[in-house]
Amino acid sequence: MALQDVCGFLETLDDISPCTYLPNEMGYMRRTPFEFDRDSAFHFLPPPQQCSRKNRAPTLFSSTFSSLSPHQQPFQLSHGTTTLGFIFQDGVIAAADTRASCKGLICCPISQKIMPIHSHLVVNTSGSGADCMLWERILTREMRLYQLRHRKRLSVNGAAKLLSMMLHPFKGTNVCVAATLCGWDGEETQETLQSCMEIADVKKAVEQDSNVSAISDESAQGSVKMASINEQDEISKDTQALNPTVSDQNTKNVQSTFGGRSGPRVCYVCSDGLQLKGEIISVGSGSPYAYAVLDDGWRWGMTVDEAVALAREAVFRATHWDAYSGNNVDLFHITAHGWRRRDREDLKEEYYREREREKKKIKEREKERQKREGDELVEGEGDIYSVHCG
Amino acid sequence: MEYLIGIQGPDFVLVAADNVAASSIIQMKHDYDKMFKLSEKILLLCVGEAGDTVQFAEYIQKNVQLYKMRNGYELSPAAAANFTRKNLADYLRSRTPYHVNLLLAGYDEADGPGLYYMDYLSALAKAPFAAHGYGAFLTLSILDRYYRPGDSALSLIRLNKRFILNLPSFTVRLIDKDGIHDMEKLPVAPGG
Repeated sequence: MALQDVCGFLETLDDISPCTYLPNEMGYMRRTPFEFDRDSAFHFLPPPQQCSRKNRAPTLFSSTFSSLSPHQQPFQLSHGTTTLGFIFQDGVIAAADTRASCKGLICCPISQKIMPIHSHLVVNTSGSGADCMLWERILTREMRLYQLRHRKRLSVNGAAKLLSMMLHPFKGTNVCVAATLCGWDGEETQETLQSCMEIADVKKAVEQDSNVSAISDESAQGSVKMASINEQDEISKDTQALNPTVSDQNTKNVQSTFGGRSGPRVCYVCSDGLQLKGEIISVGSGSPYAYAVLDDGWRWGMTVDEAVALAREAVFRATHWDAYSGNNVDLFHITAHGWRRRDREDLKEEYYREREREKKKIKEREKERQKREGDELVEGEGDIYSVHCG
Repeated sequence: MEYLIGIQGPDFVLVAADNVAASSIIQMKHDYDKMFKLSEKILLLCVGEAGDTVQFAEYIQKNVQLYKMRNGYELSPAAAANFTRKNLADYLRSRTPYHVNLLLAGYDEADGPGLYYMDYLSALAKAPFAAHGYGAFLTLSILDRYYRPGDSALSLIRLNKRFILNLPSFTVRLIDKDGIHDMEKLPVAPGG
């Protein structure tokens, strides 16, 4: 490749080819996951060997890579974001803010942190933006290959394992990816496949028209309406027929019945190797604030509207308190029929609406208190007389 | 901080691990299982650096299962412990050492119950009781004081309940000649 030639990279490739990087006596353990498909032209760069490069004449590649230890970065890597994902009886909600920051600067106020991988899987990314973009594309590629080879989709847990295995060789380097995979596992019939594709096409058309979904001002959390289409209404009725409505007491039981084959899944993968499956996952500098709201309001038996409102509220609160999160909120809802995207909403409006609501509440409380004081004065006079006379 | 404890009885081994999976200050999961089942009667408890624990433990787990598939019989706890130690030691001086602390607990038909303590420098020791984590500082001295080799399972479970630290809940499992049994998940009881 041209860039490799310019950098003189090929000269040093001999010593760090995958065969010698992997000590043979370790067995199959250290085989890179990129050997899964030997026919591909995709050659991945193993992480630089810091100790063996000291004696080598510095090439352009090695000087930029190996001299970067965690203590001498050219610039501070910041991971300011709020992303969250949670499962409930009717699918998965994935939400994130849209601010991309670098130290004190907002690099992009309208970045997209939730990327669809395929029809039933989206990934919330946080960490270093470039790393996330790259690894998201790598994951999409590998999942598509799996689907073509095995004629079925890889499960969410499988995708998480795949991503975790691919990131493992880069542990200890500056790769920083914290991804939350949100999706629906399930066996698919041809009909659902077709309907998913139809939904995806219609969805794109809807997004381009950019209908703003209505948000009512009265309720504190705001009941939100998804941009709905006739087809989707019918399909959502089918979904409700498929998914049993459950009470909160049976959360564990239901999850175990779901956990067998199909159902909502959310899985967290981190570049330092942590891989977690759970019900509520939130990542980023704003995640503590989001967790507080989510833990309070989450129930397995939530309706879609409640879940969307909860996610919105969580991101809104996190963006309020966290300086590195803000601007807009993106929201995806994944069900057995695929993902649906809610229009991007500017949280500035929500903030002003909340202030108005607070002002109204304060006024009402003032009025009530004045009325109560007025009543007490009238009653109080009687008491004073009685004390004196008594 | 993560915590593991294992106690060997006359014909069983009792092990417990906390259930927290944390990422800096946030407790991301409070029902995370740190025990890996190597075979019907061997458990590997693994704590340490985030990705290393699962990677290493799963590697050992799959290799032990592969041995059974190839040879038709399972590795004994002692053999599994030494295999684990050898792998950990081999990686120690490589570019990618695994920073994991392990407890391996198993029941052998011939030798009886066994508890093996292994740390990240691949030091292996067979011990009647062992613990990892900050909690180990506290519990090892209590175990020294109260442990009797012939203790029954119930009394040891009670002993276990006493030293639950500031961690919300624990998974407790018992290994005896009938295999691995789940004891109830212990939440913290105020006042023990």
